[in-house]
Amino acid sequence: MKFLRKQLDKLAPNFEKGGKLEKWYPLYEAADSFMFTPGHRSKAGAHVRDGIDMKRLMMTVVIALIPATLMAFWNTGLQELKATGTEAPGMLESILAGAWHFLPIYITTLAVGGLIEAIFALVRKHEINEGFLVTSLLFPLILPPDIPLWQVALGIAFGVLVGKEIFGGTGFNVLNPALTGRVFLFFAYPGQISGDGVWIANREAWADGVSGATALAQFYNGASPAELIAPTGETLSWWDYFMGWVPGSMGETSTLACLIGAVFLILSKVGSWRIMLSMFLGMVLTTLLFNAVAVNSYMEVSWQWHLVTGGFAFGMVFMATDPVSAASTNTGRWIYGFLIGALTVLVRVLNPAYPEGVMLAIIFMNVFAPTIDYYVVKANIKRREQRLELQ
Amino acid sequence: MSNSKKILIDPLHINNPITLQVLGICSALAVTTKLEIALVMAGALTFVMVCSNTIISILRNKIPPSIRIITQLAIIASLVIIADQVLAAFAYQASKQLSVFVGLIITNCIVMGRAEAFAMANPPGPSAMDGLGNAMGYSVILIIVAFFRELFGSGNLLGFEVMPTVNNGGWYNPNGIMVLSPGAFFIIGFIIWIQRWISPEIQEETN
Repeated sequence: MKFLRKQLDKLAPNFEKGGKLEKWYPLYEAADSFMFTPGHRSKAGAHVRDGIDMKRLMMTVVIALIPATLMAFWNTGLQELKATGTEAPGMLESILAGAWHFLPIYITTLAVGGLIEAIFALVRKHEINEGFLVTSLLFPLILPPDIPLWQVALGIAFGVLVGKEIFGGTGFNVLNPALTGRVFLFFAYPGQISGDGVWIANREAWADGVSGATALAQFYNGASPAELIAPTGETLSWWDYFMGWVPGSMGETSTLACLIGAVFLILSKVGSWRIMLSMFLGMVLTTLLFNAVAVNSYMEVSWQWHLVTGGFAFGMVFMATDPVSAASTNTGRWIYGFLIGALTVLVRVLNPAYPEGVMLAIIFMNVFAPTIDYYVVKANIKRREQRLELQ
Repeated sequence: MSNSKKILIDPLHINNPITLQVLGICSALAVTTKLEIALVMAGALTFVMVCSNTIISILRNKIPPSIRIITQLAIIASLVIIADQVLAAFAYQASKQLSVFVGLIITNCIVMGRAEAFAMANPPGPSAMDGLGNAMGYSVILIIVAFFRELFGSGNLLGFEVMPTVNNGGWYNPNGIMVLSPGAFFIIGFIIWIQRWISPEIQEETN
């Protein structure tokens, strides 16, 4: 360790102001602070209420994502092994098979997105920050297991560039970068990211009669929740969907894993419970409304099922609560979350051509979040002015 | 730079009607899925703009200010009808694909804008140059956008196969967004970004 420290210190003058490699300082800083605790101290009296900075904020989200990531490994492998004819695959076997699909996608995301991030850090002369660690973990979790790696690269490049860097980088982004990348892939290459054949890996090797239809696709085709079937033909219960033993995007199938992450995010005050709760309520109320007027079988699907299918929980816990792209006033958060929940059900039920209700609802409300905040702030000013005039 | 050269060159880059003044976006989204269609549209607009600017400039001292808009519209509309009819006669396929968009040149903000802002106040020579310059600025963007949209959206250029698509037994997987209007939005957005990056003096002030 000492040796490493010495080497870094020896290099330091080259990167500091006036050094010949001054331009590359962000890269040096990233390597240094990745391995060692930064040595800067505040010079004046410190007024710190809480030690939380971007690094800790982002690492908290990464930790909250661990259960969902583990489930991504396990379930991706499990679904593949089952579909290719293994009876009752073991846990370790499944995790290894899942890693075989997840890791290449994750590494591609890190390499391509990290490169773009580093280039912009160099050009804009700021430090490479940890926000990308979250984006690069969220992105593979919402992709299907069999997606070609060049599409992963294109998707994350678009997400980071258009979703974030165009607006000025981390903290200025209007849209959630990971979702932006996925929306791009969804509209650019619908064949590889929707339909019945993409949610389980290794399609060529599937056993005869396997169907990879997701719950939403089955609802669309008129199935009621009691009639949902697994790829290999047996019926699935609500519990299977809650636990996540179903085909889908790699990390979003398990509602349980997302809820564990939600508890962690709420306890650490990193994720907004207002957004999560209001999104849930928006979904429940809209579903009840549809249940009341049900004219087709999709409208009869109850809210318990909307909660556990189609990545609703993942979107609610990890995507909608992104502190940068979400509304940032408390009243605004209620409105923002509620409308995401309501829109999700609207898109799912009334426009089943786009099964990605959660994704589209969140990205749509991301765009409106600043407007919501603006009017909430305005209303607050007005209220206070009126109060002053009364006095 | 001499004045007439400035009138001609400025709209190409530092005062581009689409990416700087943000006019004529509608047709830039609608007619740019194929390069050929974009070229025909660019030609039609160039004809209309040069002629309308010249004619309006010649008549500028005779047009009563109170009814100048309707007079300009009458002139532009007549020219658009000529362009439309010529296309229908000699380039029927392209004319069919452009459908209403040739007719909608009448409402293209660039044509009206230049007539009102430049031709009404300048002699015919510079006015014609101004019309040509702005039409070229519009055409350049249209052609760039259509180039990328046709290339990445269907693997073709001017209808010839450049990158054989998967459906035709090749290797290229067409990008669906490029065929949709948002594709044009993204490309125009990137052009706007690159232009302001090359020439920082045209960046809008932020508050």
